[in-house]
Amino acid sequence: MAKYDYVPSPFMSNPIVKWVDHRLPIFEMVDQQLIKYPAPRNLNYWWNFGSLAGVMLVVMILSGIFLAMNYQPSTVAAFDSVERIMRDVNYGWLLRYMHMNGASMFFVVVYIHIARGLYYGSYKAPREILWWLGLLIFLAMMATAFMGYVLPWGQMSFWGATVITNLFSAIPLVGKSIVTWLWGGFSVDNPTLNRFFALHYLLPFVIAGLVLLHLWALHVHGSNNPLGIDAKGPQDKIPFHPYYTVKDAFGLSVFLIIYAYFVFFNPYMLGDPDNWIPANPLVTPPHIVPEWYFLPFYAILRSVPDKLGGVTLMFGAIAILFVLPWLDTSRVRSGRFRPAFRVFFWLFMVVTVTLGWCGSQPPEGMALTIGQICTVLYFLHFLVFLPLLGWFERPLPLPASIAEPVLKSAAK
Amino acid sequence: MRSFRFLLAGVGLALSLGTAAASEGPEIPHQHWSHDGFFGTFDRAALQRGYQVYKEVCSACHSMKQMRFRNLEGIGLDEAQIKAVAAEFETTDGPNDDGEMFQRPSRPSDRFRMPFANDNAARAVNGGALPPDLSLIAKNRKGGENYVVALLTGYADPPEGVTVPEGMHYNKVFPGHMIAMNQPIQDDAVTYADGTKATVDQMAHDVATFLAYAASPHLEARNALGVKVMLFLFVLAGLLYAAKRKIWKGLH
Amino acid sequence: MAQPGTSTLTTSPGGGRQHEDGTARRDFLYLSATAFGATGAVLTGWAFISSMNPSADVLALSSTEVNLSAMQPGQAITVVWRGKPVFVRYRTPEEIAKAKADDKADLRDPELDSKRVQKSQWLILVGVCTHLGCVPLGQKPTDPHGDFGGWFCPCHGSHYDTSGRIRKGPAPKNLEVPTYTFLNDTTIRIG
Repeated sequence: MAKYDYVPSPFMSNPIVKWVDHRLPIFEMVDQQLIKYPAPRNLNYWWNFGSLAGVMLVVMILSGIFLAMNYQPSTVAAFDSVERIMRDVNYGWLLRYMHMNGASMFFVVVYIHIARGLYYGSYKAPREILWWLGLLIFLAMMATAFMGYVLPWGQMSFWGATVITNLFSAIPLVGKSIVTWLWGGFSVDNPTLNRFFALHYLLPFVIAGLVLLHLWALHVHGSNNPLGIDAKGPQDKIPFHPYYTVKDAFGLSVFLIIYAYFVFFNPYMLGDPDNWIPANPLVTPPHIVPEWYFLPFYAILRSVPDKLGGVTLMFGAIAILFVLPWLDTSRVRSGRFRPAFRVFFWLFMVVTVTLGWCGSQPPEGMALTIGQICTVLYFLHFLVFLPLLGWFERPLPLPASIAEPVLKSAAK
Repeated sequence: MRSFRFLLAGVGLALSLGTAAASEGPEIPHQHWSHDGFFGTFDRAALQRGYQVYKEVCSACHSMKQMRFRNLEGIGLDEAQIKAVAAEFETTDGPNDDGEMFQRPSRPSDRFRMPFANDNAARAVNGGALPPDLSLIAKNRKGGENYVVALLTGYADPPEGVTVPEGMHYNKVFPGHMIAMNQPIQDDAVTYADGTKATVDQMAHDVATFLAYAASPHLEARNALGVKVMLFLFVLAGLLYAAKRKIWKGLH
Repeated sequence: MAQPGTSTLTTSPGGGRQHEDGTARRDFLYLSATAFGATGAVLTGWAFISSMNPSADVLALSSTEVNLSAMQPGQAITVVWRGKPVFVRYRTPEEIAKAKADDKADLRDPELDSKRVQKSQWLILVGVCTHLGCVPLGQKPTDPHGDFGGWFCPCHGSHYDTSGRIRKGPAPKNLEVPTYTFLNDTTIRIG
């Protein structure tokens, strides 16, 4: 982070604040890292999604705590206790729908946040660790979401848990023992549900810890920006408050409108009807699909007609993101100055959405073929297109500073 | 902004494809419901007729485990009426001082009567088929209450060349078309207190309304609160947009 | 418009310019936006908190029926109502007389015995000491009944008389009488 002249906020001269700060400089940290924190002056609305994700984490933890006060993690009581929340607990339906649809909203926000990072090259030096921490958050979110989906103990809960835990049986030699260990038995049953509840309650706090690290890493070099060039001086930056607090707040209010629409007027749209049927270990629903946010990975899993191969490829689809900073060989960060990269970026977006569609279809015929093509394209993007683009692409000329184009357009 | 439109189009495409995937199988026509939409409320008369159909026809085989008599408040019955309805049934209570379970008239806090002691008893009586619990049927079938109507009115003679096995019945919308339940409602199967003519269509629509209520008893509260929350958020967004414009005005 | 070269970090909202007309309106705008947002957060929080209040199923169960036909004078039974013990005592004429006599005693929480019963032989009490919530002894003939022939709380030594009134010890109030109704001569409904 470029050194900047830190001028403390007026409240910093309050004697109580001074007394506290002398012992624990917490106000100074808030003032420096949140209020006066210098942010690039040209961040666009795509930069709202980081703080939105933070808000969603808080919403999920809060609604989850109140749900947990009424939930009973046992195969006998789980389904009915959720129905009791829906029917009898004061505002229980609101808590449940906030939590249920909140999971989807959280993933929407995080996927956009990731896509923004991909487009503007936010993973490039010196932000590799920031990127890794983000990926770890993503992985923890997936684990949390998966285990949370098991808790209502509906048909999809049970069979989703069965199918996903069975992925681990693909591991040679020890796979079977690992799955038995995961289950705490010989099928998904009461011990599984109990431990999933314990972990589902724990992991969000792990995520919160990772988020703090993510923010720490972010504040070392500051936010990337749509131009992808480093700030040259104080004229390139503005204090976080009030500029980005108000912008984030406005973005949040728009996001909440969409979220509230789902919670109040369309709460079942993103879920599967089968999960309103109590779990039945003897009958598999005819068409098992994971929640929408797992569909692209599910499609990759099914595009390989080999158990171990499919599982490896699915995990590889995420693992490959960890080495992305080195696979992308271009020295230019932002896609705005990389005309060829832009084409491949949008191709990649289409590929992931198409994979999502394939994941929702029965694995046969057209959907399977398209899924296989898209799986190949997914990996080609990282392993071939990105490394080669850095070599062959001729980027557009970069502006001299962040402030330059801003001030130029203002002068006109 | 161009890229944003791109993204929206992508999401729209994905959603429409997703819904297309969801609607495989026979078409379920969408009925008109008074509880549809942002301001939807349940039709109380239909709910009460629907409960009558459930009580006099469906409840012979289908349980509604999640429903208590007190939930009938939502179909428009008052406390005295609910007590009277509950008292028509018996609930097992106990053990008493002698350690025996005993039957007593149901109270509003009791669950609806279960037609069978357990699933196996239900199967034994119904030729091996388990009549599903109806508490959440309007949520756990694709099409919801529309599916209920379509199923109840979907009995027909099997098409040419299709043989219906013994104990099964042909239905246009049931997955696989072979359903163990015989057509449950015929014209005038019940006599409505309010004089409404009890046609199959009428009864199907009424009982589906009741089942929709049973699956989402908080729908009206949800809509009412939702409208307020939406209005609030639109004002908040407007205020914040104005504030954002003001604060950023000097910058560009 | 920020001038190039000046540090924009110290720029105040609105570009650092003092708009003679705009300041008040701006302040009002920020204030109302903040107030609106805070109200929304508080209302949402209220819904969350209210989820911890008794739910509909708990409220619906809040009555218990008791059959008194098998009870003998001097006998007491304990029934559960809302998860708490309720003492039902068939008082003997001596106990009733003692309770009535004590109406004139020096009571910490003065209340006439006749106000605490519907039928003088049936004394119905919530069996929870008004000090810190223990269950007093005195239901069984072999229990200690305290200095006043009623109940004795072993936790901190509160003594209750034959009308369940506090007579000695730290408890501030008489044992609570729940709302109950006689459905017929031998059945009561508590709650």
